[in-house]
Amino acid sequence: MSYLDNILFAIILVLGIGFFAQNVKKLIRNIKLGQDVDRTDNPKERWRNMAMIALGQSKMVKRPVAGILHIIVYLGFIIINIEVLEILIDGLFGTHRVFSFLGGFYNVLIGSFEVLAFLVIVAIATFYIRRNIIKLKRFISNDLTGWPKSDANNILYFETVLMVLFLVLNAADLHLQTLGVGHYNQAGAFPVSQFIAPIFNGISENIVVLIERAAWWLHIVGILIFLNYLYYSKHLHILLAFPNTYFANLKPQGQFDNLESVTKEVKLMMDPNADPFAAAPAGEEPVHSKFGASDVQDLNWVQLLNAYTCTECGRCTSSCPANQTGKKLSPRKIMMDTRDRLEEVGKNIDTNKGVFVPDGKSLLNDYISTEELWACTSCNACVEECPVNISPLSIIMDMRRYLVMEQSAAPMELNSMMTNIENNGAPWQYNQMDRLNWKDEN
Amino acid sequence: MSANLVVPTMAEMMAEGKQPEVLFWVGCSGSFDDRAKKITKAFVKILNQANVSFAVLGTEESCTGDPAKRAGNEFLFQMQAMMNIEVMNAYEVKKVVTACPHCFNTIKNEYPELGGSYEVVHHTQFLKSLLDDGRLTIEGGQFKGKKITFHDPCYLGRANNVYEAPRELIQKLDAELVEMKRSRANGLCCGAGGAQMFKEPEKGNKDINVERTEDALETQPEIIAAGCPFCNTMLTDGVKFKEKEHEIKVMDVAELIANAKDL
Repeated sequence: MSYLDNILFAIILVLGIGFFAQNVKKLIRNIKLGQDVDRTDNPKERWRNMAMIALGQSKMVKRPVAGILHIIVYLGFIIINIEVLEILIDGLFGTHRVFSFLGGFYNVLIGSFEVLAFLVIVAIATFYIRRNIIKLKRFISNDLTGWPKSDANNILYFETVLMVLFLVLNAADLHLQTLGVGHYNQAGAFPVSQFIAPIFNGISENIVVLIERAAWWLHIVGILIFLNYLYYSKHLHILLAFPNTYFANLKPQGQFDNLESVTKEVKLMMDPNADPFAAAPAGEEPVHSKFGASDVQDLNWVQLLNAYTCTECGRCTSSCPANQTGKKLSPRKIMMDTRDRLEEVGKNIDTNKGVFVPDGKSLLNDYISTEELWACTSCNACVEECPVNISPLSIIMDMRRYLVMEQSAAPMELNSMMTNIENNGAPWQYNQMDRLNWKDEN
Repeated sequence: MSANLVVPTMAEMMAEGKQPEVLFWVGCSGSFDDRAKKITKAFVKILNQANVSFAVLGTEESCTGDPAKRAGNEFLFQMQAMMNIEVMNAYEVKKVVTACPHCFNTIKNEYPELGGSYEVVHHTQFLKSLLDDGRLTIEGGQFKGKKITFHDPCYLGRANNVYEAPRELIQKLDAELVEMKRSRANGLCCGAGGAQMFKEPEKGNKDINVERTEDALETQPEIIAAGCPFCNTMLTDGVKFKEKEHEIKVMDVAELIANAKDL
C-alpha cells in the first residue's frame, strides 16, 4: 500500500513537471520569434541589476505598502519551498520529516516557515482587500476586465489555500506526534499550527491521519497545479523577473536605439561617390525589409520577454502622464496586448505544424490603436516605475516608426513639423539663415 | 543691452585660428522661439561675464532631429544627425553645452554611434562647474528668500539622471527651494516630449501641462523654475490657464542667475 503511494506520487510529480517543461519550451520558442538584439555586454552590471531588482526587490519598495507586503509573500514563497524539498523526499521514500535530524535547527526552520505562512496569509488578505474592496484605481482599470481580473484573484485564492493546507498539515502532524502515533516521531516547532491542533481533540486517530495525508497530498498536488498555472497567468513574473532584469536596457533611459538599417541608407544617400543603381555588394545582408514594428515578430526578443514578465501591477499606467489626463494610452495595456498577440501567434504556429500562417491580424490596430501610440510623451515614467525594468516605451517607439516610415501615417501636425525640419532645419517654418538673428534683437 | 552680447561663431573663431572652450548649441527653440530666445540671451550674458571662450554654429546649426526621432521618423533623424556631426567634426568640437534637454540627450546619447562623440553638458551643469571653479559667483539679489520650485525636465532627469545641478544653482540664490510632490525620478512630464510639442494632444479629460502646473501651484511658489524651453512654454501656458500669470513667473535657471546678477 505504502509503495503504491510512493509510485503514485512519483507519477504525479513527473507529469506535473513534464507538462510545465513543455510549456516552457513553447515560451522560449515564442520569445525567440523576436528580432535579435545583443544584451550580453557588461555582465557584471547585469548580474548586479538582477540581484538588486529581482532578488532584492529594490524597486518594489518605492511604493512601501505594496512593496513590503510583496516582500513577505515573496520570502514566503522562496523559503517555504525549502519545506517543499522535504515534502518531495518524504513523498518519494515514504519517510516522515526526513530533515528532522537537524534537531534544534530543524525546529527553527519549521517554526519560521509557519510564521511566514501566517504572514503570507495576512499579506494576501490585504492584497485581496486592496484589489476588490478598496478598489485601488490601478486595479479596476479597463485593462483588467475579464481574465486578467480573475487571474489576479485566482492567484490570491491559490496561495491562501496552499498556506492553509501547509498549516493544517502541520497541525495534524503535531497532534499525531503528541499522541505518539505510528511513525509520527517528535520533530519541528509549530508556533502557528499549535493553535489549530486542538480542533483534532476527540477526533479518532485514523481520521486525523487521513486529514494529515489529505492535506499533504493537496498541498503538493496544489503546488504542481500552481506551477502549471504560471504559463497561463501573469504570475509568470516569479520566474521571468530574473532573466528580464538581467537582459534589461543598461543605457541611459533617454537614449533610443539608432536603426542600423536606416544608417546604411542614410550613409549611402549622403555619399557623393555612391552609385545609386549599384547592386548590394556580395555577401552583404540585404536592407531590412521593414522599418519599425506592426506585429510581435518585428519586436526584439527582449520586448517579448518583457511582455511575458509583466505582472500587470499597473504602476506604469498610474504614473503615465497621458493616462492620468484621460488619454487612451496605458503602458500596461501595451505589454498585455503584446503578450496576448504573441500567444495568438504561438497558437497559430502550434496548429499549423510549426509555421505561422498569416491570420490577417496584427499587433497594430487589432490590439493597439494609433490613438494610444500618439498619446505618449516618451517621458520614461513607465520605464522608471516598472519594478522589473520592462520598457513599454520601446514598443511604442517601434510602432510609431512603422506608422511613419512604412505607412506615412503620422498626425498631420507632425508631418508639417517634419517637413519643416527637412526644408529649413527647424520644426517651425523659420529660415535657417535667420538662426542667429536673436543675437541682435532686443 | 543686447548690443553688448558677444556671440562668436565657430566659423569666425576658425578664421582667427582659435578653438573655443565649448560650443554653445542654441537649438531651434533657443534660436526662434520668442520666450526661449530670452533664455539663450540670459545664458550668453553669464558666459560673457564669466569670460568663457565659447562659440555658436549660427546658421550652420540645424535641428538635432530629436522631434523627428521621437515621432518615429528615424530617416529624418539620422540625416539631421549626420549633417550636424559632419559640421561639428569639421570644427573639431570637443565639448558642447546646450540649454535644451532634448538637444542635450540626443547629442550626448544618440550621436556617438553615428560618429559624433563629444562631451555634452546641460547649461545648468556647465554653470555649476563655472561656480565650482570660481569663475562665476552667484548672489541672491532679488531672489533672496523667494519660494522657487523646480520642474525636472524628463530628458534631463529620468533620461539622464541630472537632478542636482539645477537645484544647487537655485539654492545659491538664497532662495527657498520647494519640491513638488512628484519630483526628480518621479517628476511628471510637462506634456511636450515625444514630439507632443508640435501636435494637439490626443483626446482626454485634461491637458498634461495643466496637471503639472497644479503640482507646481500646490507648493505656492513665487517662481516656477525650469531647465527646458519646451517645459517653459508648457508651464507658462499652464499658469495662464490657471490665471496666475500675474503672481507666478516661469523662469529658466539661467535667467534666474542672470537676473540676480542684474545682467
